[in-house]
Amino acid sequence: MDFNLSETHLLFQQMVRDFAENEVKPIAHEIDEEERFPIETVEKMRKCGFFGINVPKQYGGAGGDQLLYTIAVEELAKVCGTTSIMLSAHTSLGMAPILEFGTEEQKMRYLPRMTTGEWLGGFGLTEAAAGTDAAGQQTVAIFDETTNEWIINGSKLFITNAGQAHIYIIFAMTDKSKGTKGITAFIIEADRKGFSVGPKEKKMGIRGSATAELIMQNVRIPAENLLGKEGMGFKVAMMTLDGGRIGVAAQALGLASGALESTIDYVKGRKQFGRSIAQFQNTQFQLADMHTKVEAARLLLYRASMRKQAKLPYSTDAAMAKLFASEISMEVTTKAVQLYGGYGYSREYPVERMMRDAKITEIYEGTSEVQRMVISGAILR
Amino acid sequence: MDITVLVKQVPNTAEIRIDPVKNTLIRDGVPSIINPDDKAGLEEALKLKDQFGATITVVSMGPPQAQLALREALAMGADRAILVSDRKFGGADTLATSTTLVAALKQLKSDLIIAGRQAIDGDTAQVGPQVAEMLDIPQVSYVQKLHYDGKQTLQIQRLVEDGYYELEVDFPCLITVLAEANKPRYMHIHNLVDVFSREIEIWDFERIKPDVNQIGLTGSPTKVKKSYTKGVKQSGKIVEAANAEEAAEAIVTKLQELFMI
Amino acid sequence: MNIDEYKGIMVFAEQRDGVLQSVGLELIGEAHRLAKNLNEKVTAILIGANVSHLVKEITLYGADRVIVVNDEILKHYDTEAYTQAVTTIVNKYKPEIFLIGATTLGRDLAPRLSGRLRTGLTADCTELSIDEESRELWSTRPTFGGNLLATIVCPEHRPQMSSVRPGVMAKLAKNEAHQSEIIEELITFDRTKMKVRFIKKVVDTTKKIDITDARVLVAGGRGVGKDGIEMLQNLANVLHGEVAGTRALVEEGLIDGTRQVGQTGKTVRPDLYIATGISGAIQHVIGMENAQLKIAINTDKSAPIFQVSDLGVVANFHEVAPILLKKIQEIQS
Repeated sequence: MDFNLSETHLLFQQMVRDFAENEVKPIAHEIDEEERFPIETVEKMRKCGFFGINVPKQYGGAGGDQLLYTIAVEELAKVCGTTSIMLSAHTSLGMAPILEFGTEEQKMRYLPRMTTGEWLGGFGLTEAAAGTDAAGQQTVAIFDETTNEWIINGSKLFITNAGQAHIYIIFAMTDKSKGTKGITAFIIEADRKGFSVGPKEKKMGIRGSATAELIMQNVRIPAENLLGKEGMGFKVAMMTLDGGRIGVAAQALGLASGALESTIDYVKGRKQFGRSIAQFQNTQFQLADMHTKVEAARLLLYRASMRKQAKLPYSTDAAMAKLFASEISMEVTTKAVQLYGGYGYSREYPVERMMRDAKITEIYEGTSEVQRMVISGAILR
Repeated sequence: MDITVLVKQVPNTAEIRIDPVKNTLIRDGVPSIINPDDKAGLEEALKLKDQFGATITVVSMGPPQAQLALREALAMGADRAILVSDRKFGGADTLATSTTLVAALKQLKSDLIIAGRQAIDGDTAQVGPQVAEMLDIPQVSYVQKLHYDGKQTLQIQRLVEDGYYELEVDFPCLITVLAEANKPRYMHIHNLVDVFSREIEIWDFERIKPDVNQIGLTGSPTKVKKSYTKGVKQSGKIVEAANAEEAAEAIVTKLQELFMI
Repeated sequence: MNIDEYKGIMVFAEQRDGVLQSVGLELIGEAHRLAKNLNEKVTAILIGANVSHLVKEITLYGADRVIVVNDEILKHYDTEAYTQAVTTIVNKYKPEIFLIGATTLGRDLAPRLSGRLRTGLTADCTELSIDEESRELWSTRPTFGGNLLATIVCPEHRPQMSSVRPGVMAKLAKNEAHQSEIIEELITFDRTKMKVRFIKKVVDTTKKIDITDARVLVAGGRGVGKDGIEMLQNLANVLHGEVAGTRALVEEGLIDGTRQVGQTGKTVRPDLYIATGISGAIQHVIGMENAQLKIAINTDKSAPIFQVSDLGVVANFHEVAPILLKKIQEIQS
């Protein structure tokens, strides 16, 4: 058993850290204030090969492992939640289902341009009436035998990378009578006729992230855009979300870890009653708790990543990592704001943004309640 | 085009601190990096490769740990990496270092050799010109801008105190590049992922056979007599002013005392 | 090599575009101090095209002998041409010590010379002395970002070469009566080896100001920030000085890189150096510690800058500066 990162992982961590520090951090505040998607960062990330970290080389990826990808999301989230989820949604939700369930032809058609970042990926499962209960899908797909096409109608809510992505994995009912067994997954390109993107959501956190509704009005796609098999959509969605939870857990961990690091710097410099606030026992104990929780979350997350890499069952591990990381992320960032005092509440300092960004990690890609259902389901079986 | 880039692994001197009690350098935990000027030199080589195609060989002299700097260079896009390393090379001053590097460089075909202007640990700026001298090729140092005509000639801006020189030089030649010349690219993730399975060639004494009298500690004309950290000087008066008015007054008084105003 | 054949100190008197550079005169001053201990003479070498009119100045600053090389090929600095000229002179006159300014020219030429002469070169020295026992030159230079000082010797090779940072050594007082021996040397150049073609020189007017020449410097650091730059300039104006700063200000694009003081910038020794919002990292201090009068303004009482200052004021620059400016103006009028 080895808890140390390999030399490859360490060098990679250093590279992403440099990138995050020099390219992402300087605009993190600005894109949050302006609620602007950081398109310039996407360009810079493309040049470094960020968009296919854990995709095999034959599809244009780097051929790296799951843990490298986890580290990338974590390091980006340390300085900017928006940037981290852009990469996570693209990789875990956009590309992973194609890689997992796609035909060889589909993989060759989409992945080489997704791994370069030319085409970003997105994922549409949630609807107005179908959040945690995915079976309530209102989006429907009907097969037109005359043209060999599927016709899709419906809309998807709170979609990350909406309007920025070119490839969306969309779930629709192909047989309502079968409940979740009647859901099918499709690959929809953004330039299909009848496909449109709603206005950008106004959010509490990750405000630079492009979150919007996807609207499909008689969108016709050829039969070869069906992903997996008819009726297999629910399985595609659930397996994809298992992987997505690793991405969100990495985001949550990164936010907590970034807030902790910046708080440590702050308390060393800030003086009250004639000494630095780092010298007060309350500060010391708070930081000790924060650090311990961050490290515990990291262990859970890295283990889930390595189990996924080893093709071992990891669904429960991912759920635990996501549950724990997102909840300690909220806790640690909130404490960071408290330790910063009045400055922590000011938008001039980064910790309040991190606190707002952390909240979503308890909600999307399965709320904390859903994670508890998954975990308890596994241990009570 | 064959380009050879000389790189040095250095401690990040910005993070070096002095132990206030022992008055010695604290070198533990100081990260090692590719020397910034050298990294800019590698970036110039990579730009030429992007534009015209080239084979880039990075050469470093140092202990086995310096392999990490070479791996970083490979991950940035270099094609081949050579570490010139042997206990016999240790303790070398710049002239002995240059002599050793030249023994290695003579076994490589290079149209263009690129080095950084100077290393942040030694700050001497000597190895580039000395290597050029021993290889009997022209040099241009302090390069801030480079243009290659695609054939045989480089147009170069060489920085000087009050502006720059525009110069032209044909291959083969050696240039030394300033960190300000460009912004080096990041390692490419596709290269990085399996960079630790790439070969780093270790060239030892037997491989390059330099003149044993001109290398290492014994072959170095200069010797370090002593080294020391600077003791803290006696500080002058410190005024903790109650307000800005008082602070300004203290300064004005001092300036008047010394007839500065 | 019979090192006993090598006698005296030779100083490279750099001229750029027909203008004598101050560092050469500083080195003549330092060479005199060293030569006294050796009981030897100081020779300056001046090379260029039609530069004989500069000999007088070199003489008045104390050279015992001036060797001049005039040749059209030396009009613009060329590494190979200069190397050939200096190598010829050194081999003929055999100095035991050779000093050169650590300018962009000196730092290009000196290592090439050391390679050709196969002798030791110590770069960017800030202190020189003669060991009385061995008659060796002890050259001290900062390394590791200024954190460490190393004293370097070159016991078995001659000349002992050192390059010296401009602004570190002191010139002798100009002596209008001083005389020196003047020798014109004619060099036969091997032009086949000169492969770098000079196209043109571009003078960047924004770089013209040389802070090492300024008698007063008002310097800023991170604590000054964007809104403080104008105030720095105003203070510099009333004190007839120039604005300088730390690497942080250069990186933020607030001042030009040529105005940077410190390890990676310039070494200055003005009469007055006012450091504002500068914490005093060793990398900066190394460039300004030789200033005559050092005044520091910083909000942090424990800032290391106070340890090297003659007067330290614990205060906020932004609050103090306008009042200080007004007071100085009042006194001056």
